[in-house]
Amino acid sequence: MNTFLPATPVAVPLTAAALLAAVNQHIARRLADALALATSCYCLIACLILMFRSSHGLIVYWMGGWQPRNGAAIGISFSIDPIGAGAAAFASFLVIVAFVFSAHYFDSIGTLFHVLLLAFLAAMCGFSLTGDIFNLFVFFELMSAAAFALCGYKTEESGPIQGALNFAITNTIGAFLALSGVGLLYGRTGALNMAQIGKSLGQTHDGLVVAAFVMITCGFLVKAAVVPFHFWLADAHAVAPTPVCVLFSGIMVELGIYAVARVYWTIFHGALAQFEAQTRAIFVAVGVVTAVIGAFMCFAQRHIKRLLAYSTISHTGLMLIAFAMLAHGALAGLALYVLGHGLLKGALFLAAGMLLHHLGSIDELKLRGKGRQSIAASGLMLFLALGLSGVPPYGTFLGEALIDSSAEKLHYSWISYIFMLAGIVTAAAVLRVAGRVYFGWGEDLDRSQQEEGETDEGRETAGGEIPATMFIPALVLLLLGLAVSFVPGLRNETQSAAMRFMDQGAYQQQVLEHAPAAQYQPPAEESLLVPMIRGLVATFLALVMAGLVLLPHPFKKGIEGFSGGISFILRPIRILHSGHMGDYVAWLTAGVAVIGGLFAYFIH
Amino acid sequence: MNQVGGELMRMLPFLVAAWLFVVGLYGIVTSRHLVHLIMCLVVVQTSTYLLLLGVGYRVGGASPIFADIPVGTRAVDPVTHALMLTDIVVEATVMALLLALAIQAEERAGSVDPDQLRIMRG
Repeated sequence: MNTFLPATPVAVPLTAAALLAAVNQHIARRLADALALATSCYCLIACLILMFRSSHGLIVYWMGGWQPRNGAAIGISFSIDPIGAGAAAFASFLVIVAFVFSAHYFDSIGTLFHVLLLAFLAAMCGFSLTGDIFNLFVFFELMSAAAFALCGYKTEESGPIQGALNFAITNTIGAFLALSGVGLLYGRTGALNMAQIGKSLGQTHDGLVVAAFVMITCGFLVKAAVVPFHFWLADAHAVAPTPVCVLFSGIMVELGIYAVARVYWTIFHGALAQFEAQTRAIFVAVGVVTAVIGAFMCFAQRHIKRLLAYSTISHTGLMLIAFAMLAHGALAGLALYVLGHGLLKGALFLAAGMLLHHLGSIDELKLRGKGRQSIAASGLMLFLALGLSGVPPYGTFLGEALIDSSAEKLHYSWISYIFMLAGIVTAAAVLRVAGRVYFGWGEDLDRSQQEEGETDEGRETAGGEIPATMFIPALVLLLLGLAVSFVPGLRNETQSAAMRFMDQGAYQQQVLEHAPAAQYQPPAEESLLVPMIRGLVATFLALVMAGLVLLPHPFKKGIEGFSGGISFILRPIRILHSGHMGDYVAWLTAGVAVIGGLFAYFIH
Repeated sequence: MNQVGGELMRMLPFLVAAWLFVVGLYGIVTSRHLVHLIMCLVVVQTSTYLLLLGVGYRVGGASPIFADIPVGTRAVDPVTHALMLTDIVVEATVMALLLALAIQAEERAGSVDPDQLRIMRG
């Protein structure tokens, strides 16, 4: 078992999915639940074991025992490091949460939901563990196909179908872009193993390498939903079943960033090393635009799931900025930020799902004051909202602190203000929802804006009181989100994991030549005082912002004028989110052209 | 002159691949019918086939089946064929799923025109 352990997080859920698909109509619902839960628990444990074992050196597993000969890879490898295994473990954990939450879901439709979710899990695990770039593409597509089907799961409604179509078409084009890049790389190097490609490329950075880099990066950034590739995300999240949203926002989107980082550090780092400053500037620019647009679009929404979706877009912008630092401190911060954000955002989607279950609506304005009796749920949402602003001791805070201190050394200290801005606006939006729904604050307005599409969603469940299987997963996510930063040694371990992730030379030697693993000494832990103050200020400002919108006060007129101005500026941007597939693809093309043009201009 | 012609022939599959990618995207952007749109997506996909085949092609190479030809004969690269086959299989799944969604769109929203399928916006 030990020898095959690295392959099992993919093999076991796929087998279970096939089994469940075969007996679909003949199996009791609870039995299917149990099997699916057991499978995802197995994946979690296996990935955690892999994570701990790989913290002393990569675990390289060659499918079918095809070891490299004379330093040349001929087989397909899983090259497992703590960050990849950690991502897979987190995906497994969120799948467990989704299964528990959906115990009261989809009573009538057999076990197809379980099948799709398990296939999705297998793909996410494979995506995180693989060391082969074509394998990466195949798992990307398997992940996408399962996600499209999950997104359009409620086929009896029109919204999910349209959301799934937008999602599927944009992401498939992204996959083709990535595949074309892979083809170009293979043409140049004759290799598919990422270590091997990186070794063959060495320092060369001609037009073909840059083109391949842009195509692969943009392909994965479509999944990561950065502006202008982000349009699908809001549509898909607004319509997908709640447990699926947890996975979309919590890990799938982040895996897009993970893939960009993995490909950069294993393949292109050597080739693009002398253009680090330019690469950094381009990705920071894209990230900042994403973070700001996402944040304001988030605040403008009344459809709660769509609001959370835009908040995810804003936070992926922050994650891209963190990657763009191209430094181990920021990369470690990014890993912690993804963990902290995924826990909170997952729980927020669950809270939205509980509203839909309990009150039958997801429209903030329609729900005004309807949640007054739900004290536990209101507390949950308030605590989750605070986490988004990056207040200690949430996981997002620790990640942000590491990213900021790393950025400061690179003379990018101003990005901490972008982090604060995105945190304040997205947290204020969720606080506003909580204030309106649970406390009945804010005016009872029904300004139906023209540019707005669907603001509500059909029920997913039979309704009724909130069962424990819904509330407890959300509570667990919140508590973990709070507890993450207290794990002893977490910062140090993540720092050395990030250093291992970024060490291209050691990666190549370990994968191709069985070289012994290098060990890394993380830098001394820095004081968290300044980030703490920053986090507290951000949270205070988020509370003020939500309060100004909701509560009566003497400056009401001024605030209304101000927010009118913001809406005026935002209006054309909202109109751009037209729900039209052709528009989305046009934006995607333009985005690739701009990013490609920038790289072509800066890198000769 | 011959050399220029040879160079052009060598580049031809890649030029056609690039053209197919772009023309497919144009079709998607301007499409008024979901099935047409999905077929345009298939056109984009064919560009990846051509790219992979072009990458693996060797002038004068035989089929890479070493049953009746001696080992060491110049042959085209079989790896790109395997990649292309995998690509076909994976994308066939996605296209089938997309067509199923198009049928559902017709049933639920009564239209397959992307201009009419815009309830998610803003």
